[in-house]
Amino acid sequence: MRDAIRLALVVAAKDARAELRSKTALLSATVFGALVLVIFNFARDPTALSATDLAPSALWVTFAFAAMIAMNRAFTVEREHGALDGLLLAPVPRGALFAGKLLANLAFVGIVEAVALPLFILFFNLDLSRVFWGIVGTAILATVGFVAVGTVFGAMTVRTRFAELLLPVLLLPFMVPPLVGAVQVTSRLLADRPLSEMLGWLRILAAYDVVFVTVAALVFSSVVDE
Amino acid sequence: MPSSDGTILHAVGLQRSFGSLRVLRGLDVQVRSGEALVIVGANGAGKTTLLRLLAGLARPSAGEVRVLGARVEPSAPDARRPIGFVSHQSMLYDDLTVAENVTLAARLYGLADPVGAARRALGAVELGDRAEERPARLSRGLLQRASIARALVHDPRLLLLDEPFTGLDGPAAARLTVLLEERLAAGVALVLVTHHLDEAWTLATRVAVLAAGRWALEEPRAGDLAEFLPRYHALANA
Amino acid sequence: MTAPAPASVVSPPTLDRARVVMRRGTIISSIALVGLVVVYVLALGFTPIEAHQGLAQKIFYVHVPAAWSALLGFSLVGIVSVLYLWLHDPRLDRFAASSAEVGLVFAAVMLTTGPIWAKPIWGTWWTWDARLTLTLFLFFLFVGYLSLRAAVHDRHERARFSAVVGIMGMILVPFVHLSVYLFRTLHPQPIVLKPSAPSLPWEMLRTLLISTLVFTVLYVGLVTLRYGIALAADAMEARDAA
Repeated sequence: MRDAIRLALVVAAKDARAELRSKTALLSATVFGALVLVIFNFARDPTALSATDLAPSALWVTFAFAAMIAMNRAFTVEREHGALDGLLLAPVPRGALFAGKLLANLAFVGIVEAVALPLFILFFNLDLSRVFWGIVGTAILATVGFVAVGTVFGAMTVRTRFAELLLPVLLLPFMVPPLVGAVQVTSRLLADRPLSEMLGWLRILAAYDVVFVTVAALVFSSVVDE
Repeated sequence: MPSSDGTILHAVGLQRSFGSLRVLRGLDVQVRSGEALVIVGANGAGKTTLLRLLAGLARPSAGEVRVLGARVEPSAPDARRPIGFVSHQSMLYDDLTVAENVTLAARLYGLADPVGAARRALGAVELGDRAEERPARLSRGLLQRASIARALVHDPRLLLLDEPFTGLDGPAAARLTVLLEERLAAGVALVLVTHHLDEAWTLATRVAVLAAGRWALEEPRAGDLAEFLPRYHALANA
Repeated sequence: MTAPAPASVVSPPTLDRARVVMRRGTIISSIALVGLVVVYVLALGFTPIEAHQGLAQKIFYVHVPAAWSALLGFSLVGIVSVLYLWLHDPRLDRFAASSAEVGLVFAAVMLTTGPIWAKPIWGTWWTWDARLTLTLFLFFLFVGYLSLRAAVHDRHERARFSAVVGIMGMILVPFVHLSVYLFRTLHPQPIVLKPSAPSLPWEMLRTLLISTLVFTVLYVGLVTLRYGIALAADAMEARDAA
């Protein structure tokens, strides 16, 4: 077990080192996220729709699309030169491999979200002083689930011709429950609603995470092993 | 542990099929310590599939693969420990240096001193001076050597090679042959798939021709290449 | 000790067998289509007109069973996907692909009849009620499933990947349902698609049940026909490879 954890960290560290050197995915995803936020801002009529009404949806749509761009890289790097085979040949349990890829993906998506959030506060002129950590917590809770699904789907789509198109088509239905939950909680946080009004959604988010991380870990070997 | 007769690789009844589509139709493979099995065959005969089964990258539809007595398959990580695999793809990450790539492999195999093992492996293929470069800057021959260093870093008892001579010039091919002979002398078992029979002939202990998913021929190497080639062409194109 | 030959090494499909299956599928589908005409006549001629919604409500007898068939198709894809990862039988994969295609058609029917019904009655083309939303999701999941199949050429891979998507999709459905439920309890919306259940008169219930039965038979017929076509394609490929 300890060995599996160590191996997962080796895989994640490898991904981190490689991405920090090339930075292509991180840069594309964060720039993309910033642009989407800008578009949302310009596309709304400030007299008709207040910032606080639009903000949660804008934030989460941004997170969703930027996350998909970030997740695409996870297996693209493995496809070049057949590097994934190198990981599969080694005595690495598939669960550890999945955990390593998941950690790396979470780190990248986390970085993108961490850059998008301040921009979001800036563009929408929000005061998050009281609810900042609530929003961060919600972001983590909602992100974990769909990144787990995205890690599995990314491993599949990378072998197809139109990977960048196929991954969103497959993944977006799976992103809806966490996104809906996240938007609901975020808008209540911004409106200073009591925690009791958010509990139902938070439970769905937590259940989604537990269920999909588990299922993703279980089916991962069916994807990477022939 | 190798069995008492030194068998390292023993595969029986290997089949790989999907419904009625049969790629491999029942193959047995046995290679002992210090032996080299050279496999040839036309494209599409199933050579790469066979190698991937032996490496534990794919699961056979029927039959089993055993290395040092342990059953090899994707769900058995430890059984893959004694296996090294050199593909015609380098399996290296472009964003890591050659040294980092080999060190990564050492870490994945749980070696006690990954950096040291990587350095030794790179030294053995005489790549020490280029180790801090990225794979993209290396020629095909050097890339091949890096790939081999990666495969050998954990001291495998079984080495599987998929068309390793492809794209190598004369000196590089000769160097590869020398390296493989060293490994054989050290007791490693070798399975080599190639189109370049002339380069692999002297290495071979046994030669096998794969045609339409079966052994058309599987025998000890005897005589010289010139005698063998006509028989091979007849079988492979049958 | 060698492992016993698993189901993936089955006898090859032949064109004759494929023709038999296709014929069977055509017969069943034809029976169902006749049944559909009967339902049509029943719904228009022998079922009372609903008081509040008028004639437009009649589309309910197509709309609800279509949704049922889509859900049936999807559930079978999910179950068969689990079985495939366990047994690795290519026949299961063939069945799942057939069920997905047929399910897609039924989902499309449901999604087009829904707005046609909703507009004259409620003045709105779409509501996010439970059934419509769920079927919309099924539609997208089917599209994703079939797109992935089209993009993967290796048969082993295609079968495995489809099975993974099928399983994940099956697990997604309860979460969609939960989210819609929670959303609606907080944002009540008109319940478009189900006349109040307790007061559904016998004639309407009868027509609905008959229609559901007919749609199920239609589903079976179409899947059988599609399976036969897939069998024929595999048979020709096997013949060419031999």
